[in-house]
Amino acid sequence: MSLEFTSSEMMSVTAARALNNSMTCFVGIGVPSEAANLARLTHAPDVTLIYESGTLQTKPDVLPLSIGDGELCESALTTVSVPEMFRYWLQGGHISVGFLGTAQIDRYANLNTTLIGDYREPKVRLPGGGGAPEIATNAKEVFVTVKHSKRTFVKDVDFVTTVGFGRDGKARDNVPNIGQGPTIVITDLCILKPDPKTKELVVTSLHPSVTRKDVIDATGWGIRFADDIKTTPEPTAKELKVLRDLKARTHTHHAGQQ
Amino acid sequence: MSEFLSLQEAVSRHISNGDTVCMEGFTHLIPFAAGHEIIRQGKRDLTLIRMTPDLVYDQMIGAGCAKKLIFSWGGNPGVGSLHRLRDAVEKGWPNKLEILEHSHAAMACAYEAGAAGLPLAVMRGYIGSDLPKVNDQIKFIECPFTGERLAAVPAIRPDVGVIHAQRADRKGNVLVEGIIGVQKEVVLAAKRSIVTVEEIVDDLGAGVNACVIPSWAITAIVEAPRGASPSYALGYYDRDNAFYKEWDTIARDRDTFAAWLDDNVFEKGAA
Repeated sequence: MSLEFTSSEMMSVTAARALNNSMTCFVGIGVPSEAANLARLTHAPDVTLIYESGTLQTKPDVLPLSIGDGELCESALTTVSVPEMFRYWLQGGHISVGFLGTAQIDRYANLNTTLIGDYREPKVRLPGGGGAPEIATNAKEVFVTVKHSKRTFVKDVDFVTTVGFGRDGKARDNVPNIGQGPTIVITDLCILKPDPKTKELVVTSLHPSVTRKDVIDATGWGIRFADDIKTTPEPTAKELKVLRDLKARTHTHHAGQQ
Repeated sequence: MSEFLSLQEAVSRHISNGDTVCMEGFTHLIPFAAGHEIIRQGKRDLTLIRMTPDLVYDQMIGAGCAKKLIFSWGGNPGVGSLHRLRDAVEKGWPNKLEILEHSHAAMACAYEAGAAGLPLAVMRGYIGSDLPKVNDQIKFIECPFTGERLAAVPAIRPDVGVIHAQRADRKGNVLVEGIIGVQKEVVLAAKRSIVTVEEIVDDLGAGVNACVIPSWAITAIVEAPRGASPSYALGYYDRDNAFYKEWDTIARDRDTFAAWLDDNVFEKGAA
């Protein structure tokens, strides 16, 4: 029996499955937050979620709209100051996974959340770096989740807000005391991983009913596919139910607040 | 010792045109009431510093209070862009706005360095990022002990720090609870500080390790109930997420924004 699900749901469920109980995850807002909490509510009840607002080991019942909603603080083990968050917990080496979204990503998994166009004459001004530049280097590894399109998946990002592997794939080489960088990118079409040698992103798994052409058409560079490419497992009924309940609760909660 | 003042007096006495002002609150305890008073008093040419500019700076920038913004994440969290900030950066409306951007880690460290009386903050940061290319306040130094290359940014030492907190006692000691962000660091880093509070009470009810800022480290205290709304004050009221979503429509258009400002800021006097 095949279940009905959207490509966004496929993305969230696949992203959630990348997390496990032993991880301490620094969570970005948006899809990363949705996926991280889905993981916590399904297969990884003991995953430790940390948000940059200083909330350690938080268990929100609804997804926060902002990175510092009261829900995060009230359901946390403890809440620390923002300098302590970045200095002791992130830079101090306690974060196993940084989970990030982005506006643009390139073939070397560099992320751009600063602007589209030229820095002094931006076509579109985006929010900026926030916590991401240091999450990406101080976490032991980085997961990225973002919808797949030619606007998002570009050959070279307009601005490297947050380093993946740099403009040449070598930015992390011989830099001491930093994490290994992006290890997986989950989109609504597929899973990509960096090539172990060149660090260029390669498709390792296609989501059900997605074709190679779909991915090629949505990617701004000549995307490569792994030799042993897999098909991503479909979401289970339980995962879909938990995800839909979570989103419905969240929607009601944020719409109802006055 | 801190002095109890009205919001009008505190802003008028301690914030001058051209000052560098930090109004902090990491999504929580954002000093909206103070921001609105600054708009009403028509302060100009301020250098505004804040990690997450949020709606309060969108309003102040749209009202023409700012000439420069130093920040690390300028958006409406979970909703989208700050349209007044974008209009100022992209089109120079209502005036040109110079921007200088950092990462959160750098700003958090810079506030801490300011509070610690140091000239700079040192961190393992900005590796591989283009931000140092567009911000000349980001430098790299070599650790004299290990030789490791580390990032350095100047400490933040503003003229004025403005925060909101839950409560003060009658001597002017302040309790901050929940997401405390950089509230304490801002007060200690600033030459002068204004703390608005939900209420003034006989006893703070603070635990032994609570975040308490002593009266003698603060310049002015203002009682401003709901002074952080539409953000929130833990234990008092929730974040008005519906308004954060509505702001997207209000701020998108210059006329709609101006009308909102007239109705909600100029026609309402200080509390």
